[in-house]
Amino acid sequence: MPAASGWRPAIDRARLRQRAAVIAAIRDFFATRDVVEVETPVLSRYGTTDPAIESFTTRYEPPGGGAETLYLQTSPEFFMKRLLAAGSGPIYQLGRVFRNGEAGRRHNPEFTLLEWYRPGFTLEDLMDEVTALVASLLPEPPARLDYRYREAFERFAGVDPFVADTASLLDAVSDHGLDCPLSEADGHDACLDFMLSHIVEPALPRDSLVFIYDFPATQASLARIEPGSPAVARRFEAWLGGRELANGFEELDDPDEQRRRFEHDNRLRRQRGQAQIPPDDCLLDALAAGLPECSGVALGVERLLMHLFGVDDIRQTMAFAWHPDCT
Amino acid sequence: MATYSTNEFRSGLKIMIDGDPCAIIENEFVKPGKGQAFNRVKIRNLKTGRVIDRTWKSGETVEAADVMDTEMQYLYTDGEFWHFMDPESYEQLAADKTAVGDAAKWLKEQDICQVTLWNGEPLSVTPPNFVELAVTDTDPGVRGDTSGGGGKPATLETGAVVRVPLFIDIGDVLKVDTRSGEYVSRVKD
Repeated sequence: MPAASGWRPAIDRARLRQRAAVIAAIRDFFATRDVVEVETPVLSRYGTTDPAIESFTTRYEPPGGGAETLYLQTSPEFFMKRLLAAGSGPIYQLGRVFRNGEAGRRHNPEFTLLEWYRPGFTLEDLMDEVTALVASLLPEPPARLDYRYREAFERFAGVDPFVADTASLLDAVSDHGLDCPLSEADGHDACLDFMLSHIVEPALPRDSLVFIYDFPATQASLARIEPGSPAVARRFEAWLGGRELANGFEELDDPDEQRRRFEHDNRLRRQRGQAQIPPDDCLLDALAAGLPECSGVALGVERLLMHLFGVDDIRQTMAFAWHPDCT
Repeated sequence: MATYSTNEFRSGLKIMIDGDPCAIIENEFVKPGKGQAFNRVKIRNLKTGRVIDRTWKSGETVEAADVMDTEMQYLYTDGEFWHFMDPESYEQLAADKTAVGDAAKWLKEQDICQVTLWNGEPLSVTPPNFVELAVTDTDPGVRGDTSGGGGKPATLETGAVVRVPLFIDIGDVLKVDTRSGEYVSRVKD
């Protein structure tokens, strides 16, 4: 008998059908709400500058020379914002996105992302719509819990993330008896990330849809910052079954601030020895032309399927997951 | 010095932690969508058997442990050391009580065991999954009772005590699962 080549898909026929049903139900959900499905390029001259996300790159090589680097999308965000600025109205997209170096029980280097944008929606409006979508896809609607980022840290980690300095955060980590590879030199946000994924996330109830919102302004990503003391980024993350499910923003619409964030990201990338990413001038021009006030969210479809299937490995939700030996 | 990066972490990989050889039991890649990536790892200290959790920033490197599993034949014990032989090279090694640990009660001369070496020295001994050992002491057997219900303790030739069915007699040879310490069957001659 020949050695097993691992050619078989990772999921059976029943799961394949269930997956297809979820995708169809997502399309129904948005059709009913008059949100339009769009398709934007997977390949782009611009990648994300986010230092926590690495893009796959490839080369466009026309005959006669003049090759250039292209990025596989890590999210369709920039193109979708250009559509919004051009007056598309509410839009959604279901598609494959690619993130280099991310593989594990909850990560596959390519996965299906559902991303949608709602002109006129506040962050809270969008959290309600995420709740409605998730409820429509599960046999029973999960309980919902909302915490401000600050509340979640005070409640589960016993620190005020807006007040505690890096040393106090590290003290709180050792108080929880956790081994932590970070030092003060790694910075405040790295410590907060560690606490979020090692202390807060494991404490979240498994049967609920949990929203944590109003992040530190230093973790705004592409969210608008609400001035105040402290200033907060109008951003939420959602967890389902204790797993990160979605990330939403009240979208940043100021081109100057967007340019500063691109530059800030690239400075961080340089310090860490990561590749520089050209800022997307088309996005900046679109913002200058005017992005409607809107909120947007990206939701990992496989994370939702993990919850629906009751499995703890993302590879059990897709026909062919990435595997070092056989893809 | 050989090292492994976190992206090479797999269960079974042997690494050095605080000067002790350890084996990775479980490696989890942990990363918020927009945040720092970590590898949260469950590790067994191969000297103490203790299981601990350690976390690395993804991309960090760790020193490799020179740990090797070898198949060796158990020869005898002199009370202080247990002596093993490589069946191919006939090279002999002596393992102390710390390395042999609980395996001692299952070791029968001539049996092939797994001896784990660290820098060439015995670190731990794993007996075969199944061993056949003679009963040296037990209450008299109850003839005809093959129900397997109830049971009684029996001492085996290596000193191990296992729970056996009532019909077992002194001198019977039993097959025992060393992982659970449970009686499997009587070995018919």
